[in-house]
Amino acid sequence: MGPGRTPTPTKPRQGAATRGTIGESTPRPDGILKATGEFAYSSDLWHEDMLWGCTLRSPYAHAEIRSIDVGEALAMPGVHTVMTYADLPAETHYGLEVRDQPVLAAGRVRYHGEAVAIVAADHPETARRAAARIKVEYAELPLVTDEATATAPGAPVLHPGRTDRHAAHAPHPNIVHRQPIKRGDVAAARARADVVVRRDYEVGMQDQAFLGPESGLAVPAEDGGVDLYIATQWLHVDRDQLAPVLGLPADKVRLTLSGVGGAFGAREDLSMQAHACLLALRTGRPVKIVYNRYESFFGHVHRHPAKLAYEHGATRDGRLLYVQCRIVLDGGAYASSSPAVVGNAASLSIGPYTVDNVDIEALALYSNNPPCGAMRGFGAVQACFAYEAQMDAVAAELGLDPVEFRQRNAMEQGAVMPTGQRVDSPAPVAELLRRVKARPMPRPGGSADVRELPGGLSNTSHGEGVVRGVGYAVGIKNVGFSEGFDDYSTARVRLEVLGGEPVALVHTAMAEVGQGGVTVHTQIARTELGVAQVVLHPADTQVGSAGSTSASRQTYMTGGAIKHTCEAVREEVFRRGRERFGADHPGWADAELLLAGGKVVTEAGEVIGDLAEILGGDAIDIEKEFRHRPTQPFHPETGQGFGHVQYSFCAHRAVVDVDTELGLVKVVELAAAQDVGKALNPLSVVGQIQGGTTQGLGLAVMEEIVVSDGARVRNPSFTDYLIPTILDTPSIPVEVLELADDHAPYGLRGVGEAPTLSSTPAVVAAIRAATGLRLGRVPVRPEHLTDT
Amino acid sequence: MRVTFTVNGRPQQADDVWEGESLLYVLRERLGLPGSKNACEQGECGSCTVRLDGVPVCACLVAAGQAEGREVVTVEGLAQYADARSRRTTQDTTATQDTTDTTDATTAADTTTATDATTATDTTAAATRQPPPLAPVQQAFIDTGAIQCGFCTPGLLIAADELLERTPDPSDADIREALSGNLCRCTGYEKILDAVRLAAARTTEAR
Amino acid sequence: MEFLRPASWEEALAAKAEHPAAVPIAGGTDVMVEINFDRRRPDHLLDLTRIAELYEWQTGDQTVRLGASVPYTRIIERLAAELPGLAIAAHTVGSPQIRNRGSVGGNLGAASPAGDAHPALLAAGAEVEVASVRGSRRIPVEEFYTGVKRNALADDELIRAIHIRKAAGPQQFSKVGTRNAMVIAVCAFAIALHPDTRTVRTGIGSAAPTPVRARAAEDFLNAALAEGGFWDGGRTITPSIARRFAELCAAACDPIDDVRGSAAYRRHAVSIMARRTLGWTWEAFRAGGDTTGDTTEGGARCA
Repeated sequence: MGPGRTPTPTKPRQGAATRGTIGESTPRPDGILKATGEFAYSSDLWHEDMLWGCTLRSPYAHAEIRSIDVGEALAMPGVHTVMTYADLPAETHYGLEVRDQPVLAAGRVRYHGEAVAIVAADHPETARRAAARIKVEYAELPLVTDEATATAPGAPVLHPGRTDRHAAHAPHPNIVHRQPIKRGDVAAARARADVVVRRDYEVGMQDQAFLGPESGLAVPAEDGGVDLYIATQWLHVDRDQLAPVLGLPADKVRLTLSGVGGAFGAREDLSMQAHACLLALRTGRPVKIVYNRYESFFGHVHRHPAKLAYEHGATRDGRLLYVQCRIVLDGGAYASSSPAVVGNAASLSIGPYTVDNVDIEALALYSNNPPCGAMRGFGAVQACFAYEAQMDAVAAELGLDPVEFRQRNAMEQGAVMPTGQRVDSPAPVAELLRRVKARPMPRPGGSADVRELPGGLSNTSHGEGVVRGVGYAVGIKNVGFSEGFDDYSTARVRLEVLGGEPVALVHTAMAEVGQGGVTVHTQIARTELGVAQVVLHPADTQVGSAGSTSASRQTYMTGGAIKHTCEAVREEVFRRGRERFGADHPGWADAELLLAGGKVVTEAGEVIGDLAEILGGDAIDIEKEFRHRPTQPFHPETGQGFGHVQYSFCAHRAVVDVDTELGLVKVVELAAAQDVGKALNPLSVVGQIQGGTTQGLGLAVMEEIVVSDGARVRNPSFTDYLIPTILDTPSIPVEVLELADDHAPYGLRGVGEAPTLSSTPAVVAAIRAATGLRLGRVPVRPEHLTDT
Repeated sequence: MRVTFTVNGRPQQADDVWEGESLLYVLRERLGLPGSKNACEQGECGSCTVRLDGVPVCACLVAAGQAEGREVVTVEGLAQYADARSRRTTQDTTATQDTTDTTDATTAADTTTATDATTATDTTAAATRQPPPLAPVQQAFIDTGAIQCGFCTPGLLIAADELLERTPDPSDADIREALSGNLCRCTGYEKILDAVRLAAARTTEAR
Repeated sequence: MEFLRPASWEEALAAKAEHPAAVPIAGGTDVMVEINFDRRRPDHLLDLTRIAELYEWQTGDQTVRLGASVPYTRIIERLAAELPGLAIAAHTVGSPQIRNRGSVGGNLGAASPAGDAHPALLAAGAEVEVASVRGSRRIPVEEFYTGVKRNALADDELIRAIHIRKAAGPQQFSKVGTRNAMVIAVCAFAIALHPDTRTVRTGIGSAAPTPVRARAAEDFLNAALAEGGFWDGGRTITPSIARRFAELCAAACDPIDDVRGSAAYRRHAVSIMARRTLGWTWEAFRAGGDTTGDTTEGGARCA
């Protein structure tokens, strides 16, 4: 058992007297700064004498670099340095799970937009002009763009000589990782099935499209180290990749979190971090790099596009007998988090249903397409689109209502996953479906206002061709890091008396990316210490790792760490109190004391001590780590194992109007129901669900990075990569269930990702209902709806 | 080149401006006003929305030289701007917001400049008095949970404030149309609608 | 790069004559994107925003003379009666912020086949007034578009105004995009009924290298309407006429496959929009109603 094994749940009375504790919709502590424009995002930073960095990127998806001539660029006035692979001082590659990505291209580029050279100059335009004058001679190489070209005999091997831990199990060197899961007897089940549905599905490459571009400021320090102010999801994993590249010990690479303009997975990998630090150390000047939107599309990983083949078998009375599926994810040129995405896709591939017989295979390819990695939903999104389409198709074959069919097969607490893991906390799948179905329907269409019709302001229909459809979906997502990963977070809490008032300082490395971690962390500290004043220290690497702001894990993990550390602080208060005042009052002997309103209170509510008196001038300062219960890796052949910490569930009902002649879609309403265990901040919870739902809507009807014509990205702009506007986004009513997971702090369940899963298949189911079309691919384009 | 213009009621001057720089770059990198955001720099997200002579525009698409002599209001000056407007409205309830209607339609020019000369005067006068720290839309965004990462917030605030200036009691469809040039990736827009409705209700109530 | 700020139209023409490669900039909604993304580095930017007359319009008996820089917002608010098709098209341009800056002059200068104003100008009937130090001339809008992002302007010429025929009958504009707002046209269609001349004109956007009129469709429809006595009889257009008109509009397209849409879809969508907008305008004409062809009640029919 780790040092941070989940502590006993705290009695609800702790912190009851304080305002702004858990369960309240406390406003964001950074709200005023963000509303006045004073909040400092990573792209807002400025430093005396700073230089601007610029990146030269490859126009080819696969090519050998014959030569690079930087002479002309270097000679330009205002240019301070130009760096290529040859100038790297130490380690040349980095990567989240596998160090396979060159900091600057090492003689070969493997995707369109790969970084080849970097420039530092006194004005961004000077840097751009200099980058344009770097002469690179490329010799194009044959492309790997899909499974067929990746595994064909004689296919170019993109990463020869692999030594990573997945290499041994990978059936081909161009397969990053493969995870089979086998349970029961599919062949026997197939023989018993009354209905069999076999279909293929495809999910396009979605972009996180956060609004704040990749950016940061690297400042060289007098000790030879570097201070990096950066927008990221995980400070420590950035540092651990950067230090070897810079040839510096970890303690000389200091990271501080700057304001982060959204993340959604796209900031889990390095982007400009190493480049800015390298330029700063080389020039001895602070260096700022800010990507523009075009470069941003090349600067981060995307959601894996996927091809999925599913076969479901069921009995006439609507019981699923078996599922066989194969999921091929395109990981692109570098591994990023592909192995973990494969694990998720495989283990969550059949959805929140009880099926005794499964034969699952998921794998990720290396290809010359853009690298893919983390995005909200992480492998579960692709699977959910396919298995929910299958559920509708099987229900239709059986003549059953699609919600009824899902409810008959819905998992409950105690169900066994395909991995053999027993689900040991509430799994209210049927109830979530019941709730979205029971909601009143939005009013019928036929509006005279074009803004409420498909096509919107573009004035394409005044009602002609418009058909309404309704669709349902539900999904399952894991929370936290899985497969035996040592997932922990760290919190330092300092309790002291300042100006007569007890103040708690909470210091973590948690990346606030907009999700509201800062809000709930403040609430947790207030709750646990019963103090009104909680100050959050800026997140940096001077405290232990908080892990990533991903996998819906920060409220659970860093929230858990703060709770855990606050409990230790509280115990220290009581210990000091007993030591100094124990003789004064018999209440000090009580086992269960509380901190409330700056006082020590007995369980009976009697005040027996004052925090200010107990602390005096001596602060309590404790840093502790917190771990969730351990998980296990999946068996490489059978996929069996206690792989996930926690599951979360969300259901959607989509109501859409489709202009069936033009193939245009207006989503009218997208109702959600989700179990969150415990809503620490109900307003933030609803905001997460609505935001995730909208990203799912985007994948359903508009969002895709188009890669074609030599594996080139065809639409790297907000002109052609479209995300939903406020006129595309419907009303999103949300119902929140709070069924506690006893393994988690406060019983909470990670919220952020689950709504992104079921939103997409619900919208597409509604479009199918309106059109009668099969629609096996997202995003659904007008061409798919009009057979053009 | 040198560019001189007024930002949030104060005269500003930027020197050695490269001719290809945008107003957004000058605000952010030369005048220390990074509140207007650089999310797309192609007029497709609205994060850099400012008032230029009273008109909401994308600062990324205004060449720096085009701002010469103009009045710019950014999110940093929004509270002051909204305060000046509300005091003007209270002082003279008969005053119309929009003087364009007085212009002869057949030879109408864009008269926004004239309209805004009054605004500028009032804004400057307001500088001597302590304005409230937040405009009604800013407070409403905070109260309703309309802010997550916050990168779209400055542009949305400028656009929403301008909508309420024109249309104090907007319908949901009006709000959606007015904000259709402002992308938000975090919230799903529901709380943003809530915020604008709340700001409208509070402002109307206060009158 | 040099930033030229002429204070008058004459100064602007002189500057353009002196620097024929200078790039005119008004609303900046095209030019600044190209500069921000390093796609264009002209030696001179010619700022037209100080020239007041470009922001003015005059309404005459037959035409509206629209200053080249009048923002779309102003067209929506002030010219919906005279130029209903253009006002609807203006309402589909970009975002409110873009409509506050962008102008028909800019659309013409950029000459992108996807420009939203073009189909409406073609359908209404328009001439582009261009000028240089050598003098001025008026170019029929059909002849103004000479290729993808190319127009009939000489190096030393600037667009001063657009003379657009005032609507004598209902006009409509439709545009397909894959989003419900702030979207570039996958394709677009405009139609204008001209009861005074008993003709119908069309405009197609984003479905050929340049904006085009569907002339065969117009000829067919004009003949069919005349032969059937439709203009006098107040009859509903028969489905077979509407279908044939729509087919001929689709046949007028010469589209490409690109990331925004397939060629086949563009043809299909143009035919649907042609049929629908013909129905809207003709029903409005029959009803003797307003020029926007808006027969449905209330609503935010654009503008």
